[in-house]
Amino acid sequence: MLNREYVTELLTGKDTTKHKSRMPARIDFLQSVSGLLLALFILFHLVFEGSILLGKEAMYRLTKMFEGEPFIEGGEPLIISVLAFIIFALFILHAGIALRKFPSSYREYRRYIEHKALLNHNDTNLWYIQITTGFIMFFLGSIHLYMMMTQPENIGPYASSDRIYSDWMWPMYLVLLISVVLHAGIGVYRLIIKWGWFDGKDPRGNRQRSRKIAKVLVGLYLLLGLASLGTYMKIGYEHQNDYGKRYVEQKK
Amino acid sequence: MPENENYREIEITVFRYNPQDKTSKPEYQTYTLTETPGMTLYIALIQIWSKMDHDLSFDFVCRAGICGSCSMVVNGKPRLACKTRTSEFEDGKITLLPLPVFKHIKDLSVDTGNWMNEMSKNLESWIHTQEETDLSRIEKPVDPAVAEEVFELDRCIECGICLASCSTKVMREDFVGAVGLNRVARFQLDPHDQRTDEDFYELVGDENGVFGCMSLMGCEDHCPKNLPLQTKIAYMRRKMVKVK
Ligand code: HEM
Ligand code: SF4
Ligand code: FES
Repeated sequence: MLNREYVTELLTGKDTTKHKSRMPARIDFLQSVSGLLLALFILFHLVFEGSILLGKEAMYRLTKMFEGEPFIEGGEPLIISVLAFIIFALFILHAGIALRKFPSSYREYRRYIEHKALLNHNDTNLWYIQITTGFIMFFLGSIHLYMMMTQPENIGPYASSDRIYSDWMWPMYLVLLISVVLHAGIGVYRLIIKWGWFDGKDPRGNRQRSRKIAKVLVGLYLLLGLASLGTYMKIGYEHQNDYGKRYVEQKK
Repeated sequence: MPENENYREIEITVFRYNPQDKTSKPEYQTYTLTETPGMTLYIALIQIWSKMDHDLSFDFVCRAGICGSCSMVVNGKPRLACKTRTSEFEDGKITLLPLPVFKHIKDLSVDTGNWMNEMSKNLESWIHTQEETDLSRIEKPVDPAVAEEVFELDRCIECGICLASCSTKVMREDFVGAVGLNRVARFQLDPHDQRTDEDFYELVGDENGVFGCMSLMGCEDHCPKNLPLQTKIAYMRRKMVKVK
């Protein structure tokens, strides 16, 4: 079918009113919005995950809170499913838009790699980390989100630890953790520059400051994430003979 | 041995290639010379050319960081050769390459001029106005702060270093780069120019324009004139994203 509007754009690069498409603007904006929302999500997600550092009881109560307790008797894991679905949708949107930035041929890839090596410039190097971690998350992020969507009831001090230790999910989580923290940290730093959020009176100085703060946050979040993952592994290791048993709330 | 024992010897390695000559092969050639006080790469290259190798090609015009013709890659960094002192390099070893991205002419010489011309035309780098200039009247005043900002952006010397420092440009040939976006910002800010943001969108509102920039900041960190490229690209992006 001939769609005159689209065909005109195909032939001239402009629409019938001789305007360039506004889509590139919308897409560029969506890239940032989706990235920012995902980054904010991760900021909280890793802290909630870290509740295990305060003990099994703390993590259990937090999980139940997310399932809607005390409003819903016993909690409703479906809430987690819905949440995971929303994040998954954002994630797919963001990844889809990000595709336009990946090197899209061997030639582009080689040229980037050689230029990056020649220039050895800090922010150009950071971008390499960003697309690499983005690529890794295509796969690992999908596995994780799909599991949370379909088995939301299997979240808890023992259920999660069993999954991580006995079900051999820890290598995946380790790589995903490092990827997501690096990617989100670099991504937010780039967002700040991209839109000029904190330019102020001294944009150059503020860029260095933003970079430093992003670095410190990445470091702290990596520590937090690794400590949590280690704790889940320790619990999983101790719990391996009772694999599948669920945590029972401590009565006060 | 250096001619004067207080001076050190330096080694300058140059990328040699002539794409016009079918028998020419890309290679690196090293020249050893005595460093004199205040020596710039311009002085060093002229010495090599006049005393050692008359076949070596490179470009200079102003020797003062004004014309933008002497850009080359110096130990990995795109820079102006006439503003680069050899004493900066502690080990006395300097490798010179032509700028990537531009059409290679020979050795260190590339064609930035034609690219810049084309860019200027494509981005319609001139004042667009319906007003007739009446030479018998005094010009309308311009807010000094705005004039200052426009002049600041006008300091671009079209050296091409921003493009040679940009991995986005290296991957995507049609990207206009910082020099182009800076140029559009210059006219967008200028009150003499009556173009609207819709008009500017037609020039840079796509992925060869401002939405192609990935904020890698190679331009910002290498521009020899220290132009505010980071903030001006962000400025254009904010303007263009708001166009209805
Ligand atoms: C939870 C996961 C993720 C978070 C928190 C996140 C966050 C961000 C942020 C804040 C940005 C900067 C946005 C911008 O430049 O406008 C960004 C950019 C980017 N993201 Fe993600 N992202 C995530 C997942 C992914 C995935 C799965 C991919 C890949 C498939 C990906 C690929 C990219 C790429 C390539 C960019 C660079 C875009 C550019 O340079 O303009 N991201 N991300
Ligand atoms: S913006 Fe700076 S680096 Fe780019 S051409 Fe102009 S002076 Fe050279
Ligand atoms: S010779 Fe003119 S800028 Fe170097």
